[in-house]
Amino acid sequence: MKIKKGWYALFTAPLMIVFMIVVVIPFIIGIGYSFFSWDGLLKHKAEFIGLKNYIDVFQDTRFLESTVRTTIFTIIAVVTVNVIGVIFALVVTTRLRVRNVARTLLFMPYLIGGLILGYIWKAVFQEYFLSIDWGNWTSDPTKGIIAMIIVTTWQLAGYVMIVYITGIMAIPNDVMEAAMVDGANYFQTLFRVKFPLLMPSFTICLFLTLSNCFKIYDVNISLTGAGPGNKLEMFSLNIYNEIFSLSNFGYGQAKAIIFFFIIALITLAQVTITKKREVSM
Amino acid sequence: MKKVKIKSLFLNGLTIVLCLLYLFPIYLILVNSFKSRAEMYENMLAAPSRFSFKYYISALEKMNFFTSVRNSLILTVVSILIIVVFTSMTAWMFARSNNRLSTILFDLLIATMLIPFQTIMMPLMQEMNWFKTTLHIPMTDTIPGLIFMYLGFGAGMGVFLYHGFITGIPLSLEEAATIDGCNTWSTFWKIVFPMLKPTTMTVIILDVIWIWNDYLLPSLTLKSTINRTIPISTAKFFGQYTISWNEAMAALVVTIIPVVIFYLICQKYIVEGVAAGAVKG
Repeated sequence: MKIKKGWYALFTAPLMIVFMIVVVIPFIIGIGYSFFSWDGLLKHKAEFIGLKNYIDVFQDTRFLESTVRTTIFTIIAVVTVNVIGVIFALVVTTRLRVRNVARTLLFMPYLIGGLILGYIWKAVFQEYFLSIDWGNWTSDPTKGIIAMIIVTTWQLAGYVMIVYITGIMAIPNDVMEAAMVDGANYFQTLFRVKFPLLMPSFTICLFLTLSNCFKIYDVNISLTGAGPGNKLEMFSLNIYNEIFSLSNFGYGQAKAIIFFFIIALITLAQVTITKKREVSM
Repeated sequence: MKKVKIKSLFLNGLTIVLCLLYLFPIYLILVNSFKSRAEMYENMLAAPSRFSFKYYISALEKMNFFTSVRNSLILTVVSILIIVVFTSMTAWMFARSNNRLSTILFDLLIATMLIPFQTIMMPLMQEMNWFKTTLHIPMTDTIPGLIFMYLGFGAGMGVFLYHGFITGIPLSLEEAATIDGCNTWSTFWKIVFPMLKPTTMTVIILDVIWIWNDYLLPSLTLKSTINRTIPISTAKFFGQYTISWNEAMAALVVTIIPVVIFYLICQKYIVEGVAAGAVKG
């Protein structure tokens, strides 16, 4: 189809200009900032310090601890979210009469944003647990992480359930019937037939939960905050605090660039690995 | 036969009970929002002996709830309207013109979907402040400024989803329209856009969930009380007062009411939209 240049510009330019201003230019400026030392005040000049910010990161125990903490949190949460999500999907794709009601109820937490969810669960982990003498989980370094894992699982299990349901529904009936006729029991059909056919769904869900969990911010803010001695500060919150609380704009921005590389790396790795496995199945 | 019936009744019942247990935190905030302080700490699990709306009235007032709902509504509706209009137009042009520029811009849009918000938040705020101080365009602390930024952040996913759908539509209808004398503008709005309805629904649903619940971006730009959205006023509520938990729980109940209403009305579209978004994203 022949399209005149004027129409082309009219249709695409407005969006592309806004996109450049909001995403591309700040990203480029951000890379620049990460080589400077600056406290964020316009009257103070930023000083070029080369790669110093990126080297300093390795001596920053608060940052390194938050990286380790976020990694551990992510690994556990990815497993719990997906295991529970698959179980939910298996339950609501049975012939149970209440399957649709169950699906409706289990998916609901996903629609409530992370911030509000964190506050709702704070009522449980703080007020309710105190009232039954279990102590306040939101200010304990270990239990706080467990609390965040529980809330994240609660939020995302219903979400991945939807993706797994789509996958399960796409499995042709005759495949399942053939397995039954061959005398396979429930667990054999589950592990030998259903799960291999669900590989594309696993790809999607692992990828989604990995980057979602590593980016945790809202739940961190509302449920626990940085916690005593910053023992509950996750990666995103550490960046935020470095820039906006401690006013280390250049140094914080270097962390933000590192954050980008980590997210890009896990996303790309995940996609490549699972693409390969799908082919060989 | 009877045994089968009892078994099915038992399984259905068990599923529902487990689902309701899953929503325990919602139950907790709901029952305690009606109780008096003394009654709450006596037994948090008990149903309220009488329903008092005292805490609801004070929570609504302290949160400026109706102003926040209005702001959130305007922000979400207008942002999504603009995102739908501009991303569909751009995606159509990219899909129907086979030039280098389209490929490059499309790839750029997709690639930048990997950038986490934290990576660009600081330079973006610097840039928006510069718009305000140097160019006197009020980009910070205004709802229109925020809408502008949401268009930029929503561009990647919108164009990606529309582009995928458009490449699957045959060209013949558009060519026929052109022969009949339609110009590019009316070909798009009269012929193409109505066909994009399934994708439009997906984009709307995904963006409602995102923008309605978004906290970090509005928290960086909206400073005036009058501009607060629901997540911002909830966070302020929990941060500002030595919180009375009865009041806090009442506040949480009212903040999730709009979400529950939206869910009940559009459940079918939401589940389909979320599944489509996850699978294609």
